[in-house]
Parts: sequence; C-alpha cells; structure tokens
Amino acid sequence: MKILKLIFKNTLRHKLRTVLTIFGISIAVIAFGILRTVVTAWYSSVSAASANRLIVRQSVSFIFPLPYSYLEKITQVPGVKDVTFANWFGGTYIDKNNFFARLAVNADNYFDVYKEFVVPKDQLETFKKERNSCVIGSDIAKKYNIKLGDVMTLDGDIYPGRWEFVVRGIYQPKFKSTDAMQMFFHWSYLDETMKKEMPGRAGDVGWYVVLINDPLQSASISDQIDALFKNSSAETKTETEAAFQQGFIQSSSAIITSMNFISFVIIGIIMLVLGNTMIMSARERTREYAVLKTLGFSGKHLAGIILGESLLISILGGGVGLLFTYPIIKGFSQFIPKGIFPVFEIEPITVVLACSSAIIIGIVASLFPIQRALSTKIVDGIRFTG
Amino acid sequence: MSGIIQVKNVSKSYWRDSIETSVLHDISLDIKEGEFTALMGPSGSGKTTLLNLISGIDKPSKGEIIINGADISKLSESALAKWRSTNIGFVFQFYNLIPVLTAFENVELPILLTKLSKAERKQHVETALNIVGLNDRMDHYPKQLSGGQEQRVAIARAIVTDPVILVADEPTGDLDKHSADEILLLMERLNKEFNKTIVMVTHDPHAASKAHVIRHLEKGDLIQETV
Ligand SMILES: Nc1ncnc2c1ncn2[C@@H]1O[C@H](COP(=O)(O)OP(=O)(O)OP(=O)(O)O)[C@@H](O)[C@H]1O
Ligand SMILES: [Mg+2]
Repeated sequence: MKILKLIFKNTLRHKLRTVLTIFGISIAVIAFGILRTVVTAWYSSVSAASANRLIVRQSVSFIFPLPYSYLEKITQVPGVKDVTFANWFGGTYIDKNNFFARLAVNADNYFDVYKEFVVPKDQLETFKKERNSCVIGSDIAKKYNIKLGDVMTLDGDIYPGRWEFVVRGIYQPKFKSTDAMQMFFHWSYLDETMKKEMPGRAGDVGWYVVLINDPLQSASISDQIDALFKNSSAETKTETEAAFQQGFIQSSSAIITSMNFISFVIIGIIMLVLGNTMIMSARERTREYAVLKTLGFSGKHLAGIILGESLLISILGGGVGLLFTYPIIKGFSQFIPKGIFPVFEIEPITVVLACSSAIIIGIVASLFPIQRALSTKIVDGIRFTG
Repeated sequence: MSGIIQVKNVSKSYWRDSIETSVLHDISLDIKEGEFTALMGPSGSGKTTLLNLISGIDKPSKGEIIINGADISKLSESALAKWRSTNIGFVFQFYNLIPVLTAFENVELPILLTKLSKAERKQHVETALNIVGLNDRMDHYPKQLSGGQEQRVAIARAIVTDPVILVADEPTGDLDKHSADEILLLMERLNKEFNKTIVMVTHDPHAASKAHVIRHLEKGDLIQETV
C-alpha cells in the first residue's frame, strides 16, 4: 500500500509520545501476562492437589466392593471427565515388614487420572499391552534395586495365591508431595483369575476414581453420583479425594476470580492509553486530514491511515510486552516454591489472548479518531486551529 | 460562449445552534477558461466561502455551480472527491503541507492514488517541482524551507495533477513582499504559459493587479467588476 509510508511517518511524528505509549502498552501486557500465568498456575495446582478427583466407595465401608457395572453410569454424569477404578490387593512382598500400597487398577486410564505418577510413554504402552505386568514407583525401584523387566512376586492374602508381575514401568513423582512407593498392576488380570477361581468375587471394584472438570462442582457431582445408586444393594459414598476443603477452594477461588477480572481491566486500561494517544494525534491533524480529503483522499484512505497507525503502535506494544514477559515469568518461577505452583509458565492461551487483545485494542482505539476525521467537513477542518 | 466556471444564483448560509447566518446572497458569476480572476473584499465578506463552493469542498444552499459543463452541486461526496482530485489545484494561505513528508512526498500525495507507476509519479513530481524552481529542495521537510518555498511546494502539489483550474486563498497573505512577488510571478506564468484558469482571493491590491479581472465581494454580494 502506498499510504504505508505516511503511516510510518505519522507514527514517528512524536517519537517520545509513541515510545511512551508503546512502553505503557508493554507494561500492561506484562502485567496481564503475569496475572494470567498466576491464574493458570493456580488452576493447574488445584488439579495437582486433586481437588478435581472424587472417590466413589461403598457407603457402609471401604472393604465392601462395588459392581463393575457402575462404571458406565458414573461416566455419564455431567461434569465427569474420566472414570477409573482400583482394588486394594494387600499381600506380602518378600516379608511382612515391606509395606507399600499394591493396587489392581484399570490399566487403560489410571495414569491419565493420576497425572502425578509420570510413566515414560513407551513404558506405559508396554504396560498396557502386557496383562501380567506392573508399574512401580521410583522409590520402590531404588529401595529393592528393581529394574525394568524384573519379576516381582507377591504372596496374596485378600486374593490368595502366588502372583508374579513383570516390571514394565517405573513412574517418577511429579511433585514433592507425590508418593513414589506404590505398585500398580492390571485389574483385568486379577479379575480373570477371580473368574476362574472364585467366580463370586469376579467383577468387584474396590472404588471408583472420578475426574471432574471443575473442582467447585465436586459437591453437586458427588450428590448426583450417590443418587444414582440410592436404594440399590450397593449404595455409594462420594467425596473429594484430597484433604483439600471445599471452603478453601472457594476462598482462594475468589482471589483468583478477581485476578482474572483485573487482567481484563488491564486490557481496558491499554485501550484508554492508546485511545488517548490516537485522539490527541487525530485532533492535531484535523487540518491535515481535511487537506488530504481536499486532495481527493477518500474516507477509506483516511480510516486506513489512522487504523494503520493505531495497529502499528498496539502490536509493537504487545510484542515488546510479550517479549519481556517470558524472562520475568522465568525469574518469578525461581522464587515461587514448587509446592504452591508446581507449574508456573506462560500458557499458549495467554499469548493468544495478549495478541488478539492487542489487535482488538488497535482497532477500537482508532474508531473514535476515524469517526472524527470522517465527519469533520473539509471547510471546518481547514479552518481548524488547534 | 459561457465560461468554464459558472456560478448561478448561488446562496450560502451556515447554521450554528439553529441560527442561520447568510454568507452569500444570490451570487452569479462567469469565469472564462484561461482567465485570471482576483476576488477582493473585506474580511468576512464571503470570499473563502465562494472559493470553497467553486472548488467543490463545500456545497451551496441554493443555486448551481457548473464547472466545465458539469453541475458539481449535484455530485455525491465521493464523486466530488474524485472530481476535485483531477479538476482543481488548491493553494492555501498557510501552505498546509504535511510536516512529516518531504517536499517530494508532499507533491506526490495527489497522484499517489492514481494508477501512475512509481517512475511516472517521480517524473510528474519532478516536473512540477521544476516549474516552481525547487528541484534542489526535493528531500527537504517543510520546516527546513522558507515560507515562500513552502508555498511553492504547495503550488507544485496543486499543479502535479495538471488540473484546469487553480484556486488560491490569499496565497501571499503570510509572506514578505519578495516571496509574495515570486509567488505572484509564478501564478502569472501558470496562467500564461500553462493556460490555467486561476481564481485567487487576496487583500493585496498589488497582487490583484496581476489578474485580468477583479471582483469585489461586500457582505455576501458581488458588487463590481474591474477589468
Ligand atoms: N464553516 C463555517 N461555519 C460557520 N460560519 C462560517 C463558516 N465559514 C465561514 N463562516 C462565516 O461566513 C462569513 C464569511 O466567511 P469567509 O471565510 O468566507 O470570509 P472571507 O471573506 O474569506 O474573510 P477573510 O478575508 O477574513 O478570510 C464569516 O462571517 C464567517 O464567520
Ligand atoms: Mg478567507
């Protein structure tokens, strides 16, 4: 476009003002980026604290099983993202003093629900395919010097007999608080054996683990699940997995909600900063715009010149701001204890939001000046003196 | 033969806060092609208003303005903009150059929106600057030029599209005598050599003396014609 040169030259007309405006926008973008990052970090820490996991157990006691058939019904409850299940195996490894949790789990999705148990992808694939394999925590592997491919033998008590499992995966704890002393194997392997040897106990599930989308809905989803099985032979009791209390979630959620709100207030502020600059420029150039119109420039051309300048400034400001947000967030994350925010980094959505905001702000800030330039009659514009 | 500019029974009033101010009353005027006309009259008599109507940057409240056979008072805003860009060259009292553009770029503005190639535009701009004698100042910004030079750049901008009519509103009003004479000489040359029809508003009798025809406005009425 031939008017590009005029846009650039206009932008550079008041260098200090332009630089200050760009600077103002970048600071706002940085603040926006930090706030958004805190907000997203909070959400990911909530899921790490597993406030979004519910445990469905038999209402009378933990030791009574639930039917496998509940799986499908629970899955259909609105707000439920995923459902997995587990049985307590018990048993003995080498001798009675070696205590750690041994669970028969749904191998298909157990590690999708428990993301804090980090199993390397290839190991997880092998584990899923081999019915008599197991995954153990890195602390078990260290303590008993077990390597991939080793066989672990358990003496069953709840499920009698000698059970052999090939170690196909070793998980790493994602957080400091994650337990790395657990052993998981296929529930289906246990169930097949039960079908053959004790058919009465086939299809028994110890408890279901329900992953939900929104921790704040845990109470209502729990009620809905329990209502499903009311008056059945196996009533359920559903509660949040973590010691995390509903009240705590709600109170910190209020802070997060306000941060969320403030981050969008910041966008409004950027809009005013740029809008102000654009209005000042448009006012100063009233006479020039009238001259351009006199020379045959159309409303479209004038709108292009003004919009172009506005976009140039807002995109530069947004770009510079984003550029600085990265090192700042990096610096921040070094001072934030992992326990509070296990993940503290700029999410792609934050970048997308910042970029699209910059563009929208550029457009909105130019609307009033464009309207003014177009509606001023040439004769009035030419007579205009400050 | 009727003139290239025909003003027929034109009246113009401005509205301010629902009060009507009548500025021009039933004015008729005929300017022939190649004529150099000076418009004189006291301040507030409506000279600029009349010039604006002739050049199509304002519309009459009543009457017709026929330029080159076309009634421009009937044209739409955008058609008028297009018409202006090819038919009229503007020279203002305060030059009205764009401060961030060089002399070259200022002169290029009116032809920027045409289909001319970059090379053709360059040639046109250089020719125009050559006529006003400012080839050596092409890359200067307005603030690096004297008032007289700025006005010459403005004249180059006015003639770069090769319009038939040039309108000038007190082109020497802000200049010292020497620069004013240069501008007047230039206007005469454009009239004689390039056959431009010129309508020039001025307060200065000396400037008006260069014109073929002098018309006087008094409180919105055309009162006399001096040839
Ligand atoms: N856009 C406008 N809105 C309202 N009134 C206007 C407008 N333009 C001109 N006028 C009024 O019309 C009258 C004539 O104005 P005009 O500018 O045509 O005078 P002029 O003869 O050019 O005067 P000067 O020699 O001072 O330039 C003045 O009273 C002025 O106030
Ligand atoms: Mg005037």
